[in-house]
Amino acid sequence: MGLTKNSTGIKSVDTGFIVTKNNETDKIIALAGNPNVGKSTVFNSLTGLKQHTGNWPGKTVTNAFGTCKYNNTQYILVDIPGTYSLLAHSKEEEVARDFICFGNADKVIVVCDATCLERNLNLVLQTIEIKNNVIVCVNLMDEAKRKKIDVDLQKLQKLLGVPVVGTDASKGKGLKELLDLVEETSTNTVNIRYVKPIEDALVEITRLLESKIDSTDLNLRWIGLKLLDYNKELVSGISNYVGYDLDQDSDIKMVRESLASKGYCGEKLTDTIVSCIVLTAEDICNETVVFNNKKYTFKDRKIDRILTNRITGIPVMLLLLGIVLWITIVGANYISGYLFSVLFWFEDKLAEFFVCVNMPKTIYEILVYGVYRVLAWVVSVMLPPMAIFFPLFTLLEDLGYLPRIAFNLDKSFRKCNACGKQALTMSMGFGCNAAGVVGCRIIDSPRERLIAMITNSFVPCNGRFPTLISIVTMFFVFSVSGVKQTFIGTLLVTLFIVLGILMTFLSSYILSKTVLKGEVSAFTLELPPYRKPKIGRIIVTSIIDRTLFVLGRAIVVAAPAGLVIWILANVSVGEISLISYCSGFLDPFAKMLGLDGVILLAFILGLPANEIVIPIIIMAYMSNGSLINITDLSLLRDLLINNGWTWITAVSVILFSLMHWPCSTTLTTIKKETGSIKWTAVSALVPALCGIVVCFLFNLIALLLFA
Amino acid sequence: MHNLYTLNDLDINEEGYVSSLVSNEDIRRRLLDMGLVEGTRVKCVLKSPGGDPVAYNIRGAVVAIRNEDSKNIFIKTNQD
Ligand SMILES: Nc1nc2c(ncn2[C@@H]2O[C@H](COP(=O)(O)OP(=O)(O)OP(=O)(O)O)[C@@H](O)[C@H]2O)c(=O)[nH]1
Ligand SMILES: [Mg+2]
Repeated sequence: MGLTKNSTGIKSVDTGFIVTKNNETDKIIALAGNPNVGKSTVFNSLTGLKQHTGNWPGKTVTNAFGTCKYNNTQYILVDIPGTYSLLAHSKEEEVARDFICFGNADKVIVVCDATCLERNLNLVLQTIEIKNNVIVCVNLMDEAKRKKIDVDLQKLQKLLGVPVVGTDASKGKGLKELLDLVEETSTNTVNIRYVKPIEDALVEITRLLESKIDSTDLNLRWIGLKLLDYNKELVSGISNYVGYDLDQDSDIKMVRESLASKGYCGEKLTDTIVSCIVLTAEDICNETVVFNNKKYTFKDRKIDRILTNRITGIPVMLLLLGIVLWITIVGANYISGYLFSVLFWFEDKLAEFFVCVNMPKTIYEILVYGVYRVLAWVVSVMLPPMAIFFPLFTLLEDLGYLPRIAFNLDKSFRKCNACGKQALTMSMGFGCNAAGVVGCRIIDSPRERLIAMITNSFVPCNGRFPTLISIVTMFFVFSVSGVKQTFIGTLLVTLFIVLGILMTFLSSYILSKTVLKGEVSAFTLELPPYRKPKIGRIIVTSIIDRTLFVLGRAIVVAAPAGLVIWILANVSVGEISLISYCSGFLDPFAKMLGLDGVILLAFILGLPANEIVIPIIIMAYMSNGSLINITDLSLLRDLLINNGWTWITAVSVILFSLMHWPCSTTLTTIKKETGSIKWTAVSALVPALCGIVVCFLFNLIALLLFA
Repeated sequence: MHNLYTLNDLDINEEGYVSSLVSNEDIRRRLLDMGLVEGTRVKCVLKSPGGDPVAYNIRGAVVAIRNEDSKNIFIKTNQD
């Protein structure tokens, strides 16, 4: 979850599978494994980095790098996105396979889930089949213990022929042992037993390869398998890698043709190969895993029956959203008030100080009333809701609730010809739309992925929902006090978010009937077990991570914005200031949407970051009138009302905030992900047009009814 | 081979064994990767609010599949 450099993909490197070493002696370790088995948790524990983790499959979608030092060796770790298989049926699988196959990793650690070892062994076997530099890390041993699942690690090691270690990554247990194993080499690795015709062909082709290929770290048996189960691209990749053109070899072709004459070719061959792998995994699992409590999933299913029930499923979802928002609203109110008084007390001190040191008036005014003030607004109004919302949301994420949302909503997405996993990317969007857009990689079908990307900004990201919250608080719950006040506030914010979700459905539907027509693709989604969230860690990391990040972003974006707005407000051409000029120009159009020129200007200037929209509006209004010192939300409300705001304006601003162009970070990310200007433009236009239409209609109706 | 029916016929807590997948390439691959090969035991564990998708226990993992896909998975009541 969230708005950090990592999650927007800025720091993670995607392309290529050759990792550069700093030193010749550096060792590269790749972390592979099924989705949601704790790869990122292992990665974090070893590297001390804060790669995002979460209890749902598909959290990590980009390769991430980190280093750790152990026994005087520098290790470079690569966190690969989770895959179920290396047979390359999807883009991610291909990337993972190529990384393991042609990358320069010295070791591949396959992380497994001890509570679901059988399925995980599939990938282990496929990886061992490619190269024998594999270590198996059976993670989540604590969870297995709690569910009374015994895993005989020694036997597993013997059967697989590669080092095996049990870990509990969230507590850091077993990780030292894991690193100790990195130096070990494995010799007698397991071979998957294929059915007789395939096995015979394999033996023959391996014998041929032995005489034709000098030496390679790839298993010849695996190369043989890939030559039988022919894939042109991969074969040419292997040919390059081993320095021998396998494609042109007539001996090899003959073996393949003779196998085909026995009926093993194309689909049937591939299916048989997969079956053999799965059955080998089943055999190994039967010998190593004992389930002492057959009813270990009972509790999870009980919870599931409530959370995904026909009657309670959706209401509980809304209720949870409501509770999260309620806590956010109540908590943010307190912190905001406190920050207000501290920051604006400091503003006075700052001004006094500058006067003391005889700084020229214009300069200190720019600094204090331009730069500092916008910063202070961002911090005091926008930061508190984020700082509270995120830990709460991460809590739900860690519990494993997000995939249940996708499960509940898939039918609706299906009706819009979209993918249920869009619910996951939508949830990510609450943190940051750019992160949500990157997260869309978990959707396999390109068409459905585009729909998810284009519609992602209909969920208010953390730059926008503080706007929702503060406006709702100021305009709709002001006269009612106490619990009732916060209750109504919560209800309204929830309604606006639900509206955003409905717009997601509507626009997905329209897109899939117009520019993104096509077949729905298959949908499979794993529902992970519920896990106890690590509350301490969530609070520490999300608050520190988020607070620091938002502060950083505030400085980067809000400070220059403060500068610009101060200049616009204070430099005049003729009689009128630049800001009045600009807003005057926008005013007629903005009025049709229930806004005014200043508000629209703020949204335009807010392109780099939505956090600064409200601060810009405040600054602009303040520069028009007397320079009052606003010390809490009620004075702010007065300022807005003095500038002509009514409840209709408030609703219009909320609607427009919910639906306008995505911020520039999101747009850049969309450009990067799609590689297309056209789709980036569509992503900007779709929400903007929706916003314009909705605001226009709302105002028309409001004027007719209430004027 | 009597008692042949498809996966979406299963009610909650009912189980069966996969006899064949007639799904298209794309979904069949994905299901095979999840371990849904011939002879695999599947149990229906959860239905979503709209009755679609439905979640099944496949080799220890709970996987949601849409009815339009599960109706292409033939199952039988006993293992052989
Ligand atoms: N109890 C327990 N929980 C763990 C352990 N390791 C990881 N987790 C939790 O399992 C969940 C998944 O962890 P991640 O590290 O995000 O998994 P991943 O393999 O990177 O997942 P993807 O990026 O989606 O492929 C998180 O909620 C972790 O807190 C462990 O050893 N014990
Ligand atoms: Mg991960």
